[in-house]
Amino acid sequence: MRRRMSAIVALVLLAMPAVHAVQPDEIMSDPAREARARDLSRELRCMVCQNQSIDDSDAPLARDLRLLVRERIAAGDSNSQVLDFLVARYGEFVLLKPRFERQTMLLWLLAPLLLAGGGFALWRQNRRRAQVGADVPLPPLTPDEQTRLAALMSDDATSR
Amino acid sequence: MIAEAGHYALVLALALALIQSFVPMIGARLRDPALMNVARSTALAQLLFVGASFIALVTLHVNSDFSVANVYENSHSMKPLIYKITGVWGNHEGSMLLWVSILALFGGLVAAFGNNLPLSLRAHVLAVQAWIASAFYLFILITSNPFLRIVNPPIEGRDLNPVLQDIGLAVHPPMLYLGYVGFSISFSFAIAALIEGRIDAAWARWVRPWTLVAWIFLTLGIAMGSYWAYYELGWGGWWFWDPVENASLMPWLAGTALLHSALVMEKRNALKVWTILLSILTFSLSLLGTFLVRSGVITSVHTFANDPTRGVFILLILCLFIGGSLLLFAGRATSLKQGGLFAPISREGALVLNNLLLTVACAVVLFGTLYPLAMEVLADFKMSVGAPFYNLTFAPLFALLLLAVPFGPMLAWKRGDLLGVTQRLLAAGVAGLVLIAIVWAWTRGGSALAPLAIGLGVFVIAGAVTDLAERTGLFRLPLATTLHRARGLPRSAWGAAFAHAGLGVALIGIVCETTWNSEYIATMKPNDVAQVAGYDLKLDGLLERQGPNYREMIAQFNVSGGGEALSVMTPSKRSFTTRGSSTTEAALLTRGASQLYISLGDVTAEGAIAVRIYHKPLVLMIWWGPVLMAFGGVLSLSDRRLRVGAPKPARTKQRLQPAE
Repeated sequence: MRRRMSAIVALVLLAMPAVHAVQPDEIMSDPAREARARDLSRELRCMVCQNQSIDDSDAPLARDLRLLVRERIAAGDSNSQVLDFLVARYGEFVLLKPRFERQTMLLWLLAPLLLAGGGFALWRQNRRRAQVGADVPLPPLTPDEQTRLAALMSDDATSR
Repeated sequence: MIAEAGHYALVLALALALIQSFVPMIGARLRDPALMNVARSTALAQLLFVGASFIALVTLHVNSDFSVANVYENSHSMKPLIYKITGVWGNHEGSMLLWVSILALFGGLVAAFGNNLPLSLRAHVLAVQAWIASAFYLFILITSNPFLRIVNPPIEGRDLNPVLQDIGLAVHPPMLYLGYVGFSISFSFAIAALIEGRIDAAWARWVRPWTLVAWIFLTLGIAMGSYWAYYELGWGGWWFWDPVENASLMPWLAGTALLHSALVMEKRNALKVWTILLSILTFSLSLLGTFLVRSGVITSVHTFANDPTRGVFILLILCLFIGGSLLLFAGRATSLKQGGLFAPISREGALVLNNLLLTVACAVVLFGTLYPLAMEVLADFKMSVGAPFYNLTFAPLFALLLLAVPFGPMLAWKRGDLLGVTQRLLAAGVAGLVLIAIVWAWTRGGSALAPLAIGLGVFVIAGAVTDLAERTGLFRLPLATTLHRARGLPRSAWGAAFAHAGLGVALIGIVCETTWNSEYIATMKPNDVAQVAGYDLKLDGLLERQGPNYREMIAQFNVSGGGEALSVMTPSKRSFTTRGSSTTEAALLTRGASQLYISLGDVTAEGAIAVRIYHKPLVLMIWWGPVLMAFGGVLSLSDRRLRVGAPKPARTKQRLQPAE
């Protein structure tokens, strides 16, 4: 429900009257170009929705963007030219896959850095432990546990 | 009257929680069993009062008492009974009440079934539970009271959001909350262990069943939510990497890691500090999820500023619990002694690798969710992080993890033989390679990644089967011995095999759906025929119908395949008069694990209708996978070892009998 609660509420409120994602009248006659348009649509954000691509979104704005993408493709733009055009118009916000830049560097490098860091830490710990050796003794029993143990042991003795 | 009673019961629950927060702590300090036992009574009484409060709200909704603001805003007298009940948690206030009810339920369960816990540990655990409960009771009473009255009651309510009027709302949120909130138990156990400065293998044995219960519910809750989105939202998507979904995925990833690390701690008394930290992190992520969703901060930083009280309150709770527990951890963790040694290539080592990959995957999701927010606030740079980002970062991590999954359960504890395990996994590997070759040959020129991923899925499933075969001696020993061994195999071994196989099943479903999904988008007139993936779908006609609180337009499709009539599909569009909004009800036709999916668009002036028809190959495997995982969890939970917690006297007696 959590996602339904906000995503759908936002979606339903914004998208009235319900228009459908990718309308029949939007589709380009050339299947290869249409496929390119669909691929690009999946990487572009519908800016009034919650993290939805314009390919999925029902919002009128998403439709405008889908038409714009197809217009650019029809005009002979390459995929990256289409993306450049949209970024120039709407900012980086429109890209669902952020470009590798100064501001997004940490985001992209996070996984490799963490993996390397985690691996290094594990390797060091393993080496240190190998040097220290031998198992560390278990914590001693509390007095409470000792009395319980004693009780159990004596129980054992009597029943036998 | 009922509203006031419910409100009062909630206040009483707060009072009980405050008592439970302090008295047992004092009791533990003074070693006074009577004071420590207070926790038990208050936890049970809390459950009683919160339960009463929750039932009061349900009654108000069922009776359509529009003098209560919450009922007026989210209900309608014409709404079917089931949606009157589920509508209780289909809104902010009600869902928070459900949250605390489930928290009280878990507290009550620990109180009722925690008899084999050391007294002071139980007192501490329940006290920590009460801290969390007090914070959230205060939150509800101060900022989100569901029992507020309206001075001049309106005659009719404003109805529940139509998209939520679905059976999914009855199952998904309670499941998800049972998962989220269930992790509070392992959190409380971790904090209690830190306070007592004592932790041993028995601790892990107590924590594991609770974590497992929470994990099972969270797994099912996420899967259920995904299937709901798939059929309800009308474009056949099932996962959107939406921040609200990420909020539930993060505790799942951390919780899965916790399940595995607790295993090492239970068996080998190692990874103690890490397990404690994971317990804290898992519940912290649950709290973070609650904050992200409830404060509205994700939709936009500005909604947060518009209605700051709720957001700020949860943010305070968040800082208090996460900050406090991490500080306590930092102060006490060093005093916890490290246990059993192990070589890097061993069962423990494999579980450490599992934990590393799961935590990094979790961190990726966390960063992806919060990074745009941070950049907007700190650097005034607006950016988005969506599905294409996660496909590039999250997917490789999971591929690595899945590659390692079959090896883990087959390696020996302490020191494993990687070469030997590889040899035993040879058949599984060959099965994967054969599948890669077949799929690749069959879909020549298609994506190269899809056959590889399917091969990986097959390898994981075959690996799980190999593990069981090795343990039972299948094909090596006589069948009778194998059967005998299979019966004797611990349930947890069966559970692990099922859960791991579930991963493979889900992967195959995901890859097939995303790669070979066929789609047909067109405007159709009656008697038009659409051809999708070898099926003919003929539109017979459109008809209108009146539902209880909506009008709907139904399109009737006759589906045939290979010249043979198969079924009739009736997708519809419903318009709800009260809210003036509409929903599309997709029609689904299941063929094996694949589905045909039709959803309707708008009607044109000439009487034609826009339709979207999908054929989704093996799509159901996406949800069979999690169901298998949850089933594995249930099997594991039924393992004697976990159920008993500690050896019971009854067993010793049985063993002694022959001696008499």
